[in-house]
Amino acid sequence: MRMPTVITATADARPLDERVAHVADIAARYAGEVDAAARFPAEAVDAMRSTGLLGASLPVGLGGEGLTLVQLGSIAAKLGAACSSTGMVFAMHHSQVLSLSRHLGGSASLAVLAGRIGTEQLLLASATTELGIGGDVRSSLCFVDLEGDKVRLVKNAPVISYGSEADLVLVTARRNADSAPSDQVLVVCDAANLDLEATGGWDTLGLRGTASMGYKLNALVPADRVIPEAYEAISSETMLPVCHVLWASVWLGMARALVETSRQYVRAAARRSIGSVPPGATKLVDLIAELERFEQLVDGMARRTDAIYDDREALGGVGFAVSINNLKVTASELVAQIAIAALSITGISGYRNDGKHSVARIFRDAQGAALMVHNDRIIANTARLILVQKG
Amino acid sequence: MSAVIETVQRVLDTHAKLKVPASTLSDDADLYGAGMTSHASVNVMLALEDAFDVEFPDALLTKSTFCTTGAIRTAVEGLLEAAA
Repeated sequence: MRMPTVITATADARPLDERVAHVADIAARYAGEVDAAARFPAEAVDAMRSTGLLGASLPVGLGGEGLTLVQLGSIAAKLGAACSSTGMVFAMHHSQVLSLSRHLGGSASLAVLAGRIGTEQLLLASATTELGIGGDVRSSLCFVDLEGDKVRLVKNAPVISYGSEADLVLVTARRNADSAPSDQVLVVCDAANLDLEATGGWDTLGLRGTASMGYKLNALVPADRVIPEAYEAISSETMLPVCHVLWASVWLGMARALVETSRQYVRAAARRSIGSVPPGATKLVDLIAELERFEQLVDGMARRTDAIYDDREALGGVGFAVSINNLKVTASELVAQIAIAALSITGISGYRNDGKHSVARIFRDAQGAALMVHNDRIIANTARLILVQKG
Repeated sequence: MSAVIETVQRVLDTHAKLKVPASTLSDDADLYGAGMTSHASVNVMLALEDAFDVEFPDALLTKSTFCTTGAIRTAVEGLLEAAA
């Protein structure tokens, strides 16, 4: 288990762009090793910490940088282009930071805790899935069990991404032993108050660095660590919109990297046969057009979400929920298609795991996008939503 | 004469479709005026990348980069310096 972080926010005074470039450089340097060993991208996450990026989304009032989703998405894309797993950790972390910091419900102790994310550069993970609920994160079996002034949580989680690396884990559970499965709350658990017994490893086709292992979680935390607001609201107003925008941004970054490698491959082929347009060039035209559609989709939804960021009614509305679900589905399909097209263009050079025109690692990572929270499940949820959507 | 300029002239003679040998043109003579088409300039760019093992970034992919032998030499030397 990770010891509580002692680094206080090293006031890295460099402009945001320079700090992001620094983290992206480190992420790129270790991306191959992280993938080969299926290990957590510790160097890149340490760099996020030392550059203050773990507090990037935290509101200024809580000591963070208060970045917009457009800005966070831009960072997520740059990190995703360098190392998919690093980008996903950044995206998942900030979706949790905002799920806490935007839903304090007037709790002074939760506000203090949120402030520590900035000052101590805490890494946040989430435990939303549970064995026995059929994969529906909007229902729980486990429940908040009051023990004096503390609460006990016991959860069998098939996946907690980088759970053993996190300083805080946000756990969903039923409000109490008598609550319905969908009457959920979110509980913030310190690593120090948390026992995680690993139940499975993480040896996958791609995204091998997210360390998304299964755990039996047992936590005993102060009762004021239960976020008062219903998880239903946190989920629709913050968790889903932020996750989907930032995931889509990471995938966009991966797509940019795939297109760039394809472009370099085609240009190298053109140098070998000057005067004739190499066969991959026409496919590259289509690929660039697809990337442009992808860029517009992600940018449009990030801007739309920023525009209604403080309008809880609009965020909770059916129309927005449908759009934000469709963003996840469409973006995950686009990155997978772009990966296939990039492989087709780069051929055996792209298929190789080594060499400067390899697209193998990102190709494998890209196929995971549609599966992590399976598109089929999201489409089924959206189908239920449109039955009640008006106009 | 520098090795860079010799290679640039060789590339121009092979790919630029100039009406006269590149060595007979001055450093600041307009290559487009001497017969290089924009299509030929793409081949010149690719051949220069191959000859010098460099890649022109987007910012340098403008008509002015390839309009004279001198401009090409400046661009190539800049890229070689950056790669060194």
